[in-house]
Amino acid sequence: MFIQQLVNGLTIGSTYALVAIGFTLIFGVLELINFAHGSFYMVGAYFTLMLMLAMGGNFVLAFIISLALTGALGAMMDHFALRRIRERRATKDAALISTIGIATVIDHSVLEFFGSETKSFPAVLNLGKITVGNTIISYMQILIFAVAVILMGLLTFILYKTRIGKAMRAVSQNMDAAKLMGINVNFVISFTFLVASVLAAIAGTMVGMYYQAIEVTMGFAIGMKSFAAAVLGGISVLPGAMLGGLIIGVVEALGASISSGYRDAIAFAVLIIVLVFKPSGLLGKKHNNKV
Amino acid sequence: MNRILACLARNQLLISLTVLALALLFPLVFPSQYSIRMATLCGMYIVLALSLNLITGYTGQVSLGHAAFFGIGAYTAAILATRFGLNFLFTFIAAAIVAGLAAFLLGLPTLKLKGHYLAMVTLGFCEIVRLVEMNWMGLTRGPLGILNIPPPSLWGFTIDAPIEYYYFIVALVVLTIKLVQNIVDSRVGKGLIAISEDEIAAEAMGINILRYKVMVFVISAALAGFAGAFYAQYMSYIDPTSFGTDQSISIFIMIIFGGLASIPGTIIGVIVLTLLPEVLRGLMDFRLIIYGLILIAMMLVKPEGLLGNINFTRIKKAADGKKAGELK
Repeated sequence: MFIQQLVNGLTIGSTYALVAIGFTLIFGVLELINFAHGSFYMVGAYFTLMLMLAMGGNFVLAFIISLALTGALGAMMDHFALRRIRERRATKDAALISTIGIATVIDHSVLEFFGSETKSFPAVLNLGKITVGNTIISYMQILIFAVAVILMGLLTFILYKTRIGKAMRAVSQNMDAAKLMGINVNFVISFTFLVASVLAAIAGTMVGMYYQAIEVTMGFAIGMKSFAAAVLGGISVLPGAMLGGLIIGVVEALGASISSGYRDAIAFAVLIIVLVFKPSGLLGKKHNNKV
Repeated sequence: MNRILACLARNQLLISLTVLALALLFPLVFPSQYSIRMATLCGMYIVLALSLNLITGYTGQVSLGHAAFFGIGAYTAAILATRFGLNFLFTFIAAAIVAGLAAFLLGLPTLKLKGHYLAMVTLGFCEIVRLVEMNWMGLTRGPLGILNIPPPSLWGFTIDAPIEYYYFIVALVVLTIKLVQNIVDSRVGKGLIAISEDEIAAEAMGINILRYKVMVFVISAALAGFAGAFYAQYMSYIDPTSFGTDQSISIFIMIIFGGLASIPGTIIGVIVLTLLPEVLRGLMDFRLIIYGLILIAMMLVKPEGLLGNINFTRIKKAADGKKAGELK
């Protein structure tokens, strides 16, 4: 039973990690908590499902278009709503409030157009399962875990081995200095939003396939949980987000087997405990504020 | 424009009294049940928005969990009134105390941190409170809600007609405005504004940041609890759906729209955003989409809100100074 919950927790935790990485990336470049991030996760899953139904079950094509659309939406959000706030050097609160507005618009638009009921996600990949002792592991779970690990590797490669990754790191260290070095800062930030949104959309679609159901409110809960994961691991540290996501997933699965009504509250409880005892997170470094 | 503002600033007392007189005459001019009900809800949202403005506007700490304190207050009052038949004086005070206590326990660890942790933590807290209201069947009856909450009564006089509720909330609004005004004008208020401007500089000036922040967070939550108690006894029925994150965000949008750290701005923001969906009845379903768009547009065009940057005291001083100069 314990191992079964551990497996389930690692599966769902790896999707939290994917979303938490998005938080970390955006927080890294802008020091902004993106409240709309959970909405991109939800909207990615909706795009995949709706396109697949519209195109008569062509999952692969629907998935690719969905990723492109969600990524474009993320980049557009930065371009139209956040860039001007940044250029005006308005307070950080203004950008935060703007992302709350964007989340509200996305969530309620989906609610209006697709309805509030839970949508069933057809089983596109029926892969079967293996049984080890008392523990049942489905190939879907292995697939989700593997995709998450591969994406994390890919992201690390982009960040540390490519030009754009170097530019992202430069912007996150010092935006003005990066601009002086000839980096197109606005492009880099929009690209960061694109990557974060695509990761969220992949996670959303995989969770939709895993539970075979999606609903509008799924974005809100995952946004909160993966933020908790990012803070637990140490916000703005990439491996921290991965570790945090896995831990939150496992703790939640174990906790839910005790009391299922409070399942969604567990991550917040973890978040508050982390903030009390180690606000810099497990892998984060303590920063001193300078004037 | 500046002259109009200066004129407004010089006649603050007169304007306040005129607005109060209009508020008192309102039910005589518009006696329909519907308009009185709308006005009563407006009054309740003014109390909620003013209390949120204390922590978010004046102190600069973004809180997205105000509906949680509102809900805690409402449930405290409802449970005390239905199970123990307590008088409304007790239920209201208990609601404020319980909401304030919750804010104290939440604020102590999270207000230590700089940045936007509070926004996320309060949003999470709002969700936890809603889950507790939903799942603790023994105390809150979960999704069934609490029915037949008795109306407030004192010494044999019961507030039950809509117009009586209206005057009751007007009195609460006046008290809240007075309280917020006094806090802001006091030494503590200057400290809060200093914190919102620059925490490090405020700390260097000897302000105990954590103490001030926790204090104002508790006061803000207690006022929200008060509004919750009013809501429970006015509606006579509550369930967890009224206290979700949508509600938190609605209140938040009201203060952003009207102007942070501005009492007249908050009042205008609440009235406009409460009446807007009524005017655009056909768009009822799109209410929150429109709210979101307003929020995005507001941040692009005027991030400080309608009346956010207007400091009437300063304008008055400047105008008075000019006059004194002319006389010489």
